[in-house]
Amino acid sequence: MSIAVVVPNALTPYTRGAGTLRVDAPCATVADALSAVAARWPALTDRVLTEQGELRRHVNVFVGDESIRFLDGLDTPVLDGATIMIVPAVSGG
Amino acid sequence: MTSPIGLPVLSPAEVQRYSRHLILPQVERPGQQRLKAARVLVIGAGGLGSPVALYLAAAGIGTLGLVDFDVVDVSNLQRQLLHGTSDVGRLKLDSARDRLHDVNPHVHVETYPTRLTSANALEIIGDYDIVVDGTDNFATRYLTNDACVLLGKPNVYGSIFRFEGQASVFSTVGGPCYRCLFPEPPPPGMVPSCAEGGVLGVLPGMIGTIQAAESLKLALGTGTTLAGRLLLVDALTMEFRTVKLQKDPACPACGTRVITELIDYDEFCGSADVAMIDGSDEVREITPTELASLLLDGADVDLIDVREPREWEFAHLAGARLIPLGTLGDALPTLDRSRLIVVMCRSGQRSASAVLQLQAAGFARVKNLAGGILRWSDDVDPTVPKY
Repeated sequence: MSIAVVVPNALTPYTRGAGTLRVDAPCATVADALSAVAARWPALTDRVLTEQGELRRHVNVFVGDESIRFLDGLDTPVLDGATIMIVPAVSGG
Repeated sequence: MTSPIGLPVLSPAEVQRYSRHLILPQVERPGQQRLKAARVLVIGAGGLGSPVALYLAAAGIGTLGLVDFDVVDVSNLQRQLLHGTSDVGRLKLDSARDRLHDVNPHVHVETYPTRLTSANALEIIGDYDIVVDGTDNFATRYLTNDACVLLGKPNVYGSIFRFEGQASVFSTVGGPCYRCLFPEPPPPGMVPSCAEGGVLGVLPGMIGTIQAAESLKLALGTGTTLAGRLLLVDALTMEFRTVKLQKDPACPACGTRVITELIDYDEFCGSADVAMIDGSDEVREITPTELASLLLDGADVDLIDVREPREWEFAHLAGARLIPLGTLGDALPTLDRSRLIVVMCRSGQRSASAVLQLQAAGFARVKNLAGGILRWSDDVDPTVPKY
């Protein structure tokens, strides 16, 4: 199984600069994929999820082009080859 | 003077100027007249506002409103093309008006040299058909959104950080708003600004021209806008991705509509989150002048700089030590509770959050350097560079 997790510029300081992470571990849901990411990059997932394990309100996660907020949240299923995109609010102008 | 269909007529000089538009089947003469009739408000005359205003003026938008209270700083010129070297120190809106009149004297430019606030937003925005969000902070973004939703005005959104940008069109009829995408702002200090994290100079040009294109389509009533979609641009990989957005039925602005008036957005974006860190939200401050005289007197002060390493390399105070905000928790054992601690960052915002964190950890003698290193440079030592 292979899933790509696209990390925004605002969070690459927590992945040693990596913009795309490859998750090879078997995972059925977004939560599984983020857990696999957390094992290697815990500071990254701290900025995506709250201490209670919920999606932070200023962060969106998309599977393909769909926001998990309007699917099943962190229980949204992911298929082999899926791209998960993390999109936080940024304020620059 | 208006044409039979109620739109302003084009003078011969305008017909000549806009000839490349007039031969476009999607524009033609009535479309150009619609652009002339349109009133577009650009909030922020900086990185995004520069290309938006320049292109909208060139395209013949009849009335262009600009809101900005800032003056031109030399560090703006890497990306803010409305302003030039000779404009440093001038009000951005004075510089913008001169430049836009030169680009197109047929455009009426209205300037609002003020901060957009809950007190003036409805009045200012109410006079326009289309609003462009080119602001650089979360408080003004939520304010702009809520005012646009309350008034039913489309909000052409753009936002940038480092090499990445976002663009969409919010608050159209039946479409999502900014709060549907980002229900709440990040806690202070969690998401750095461009001043803290940097931005590629051309990036606001890329995103701003997309905002300008969306504004023109809205004014023309043609094409398919980004309403209901979010465009994500990565200039480093040059990938453009589009994801779907949905109107959130639970959105307090455009869904349940429990927001019926503008709120205190500084509180919404700042102290509300800070208060969660600690019961007491009082941050004791020290001004740069006061600190300078303390240090001159030989006072024992632990100067803690909570910025990021790259900012530190650019400029820092002699005698200070670097503890980036994200690592402050781990560094607590290195701090002496008996010494006076003065915390600083670029402008005093992140350090205020650090002061609260230290107070919550039981440090009693902690002060925030008011205005940060920027004010230190203004008031004490101009050789410390500003950025």
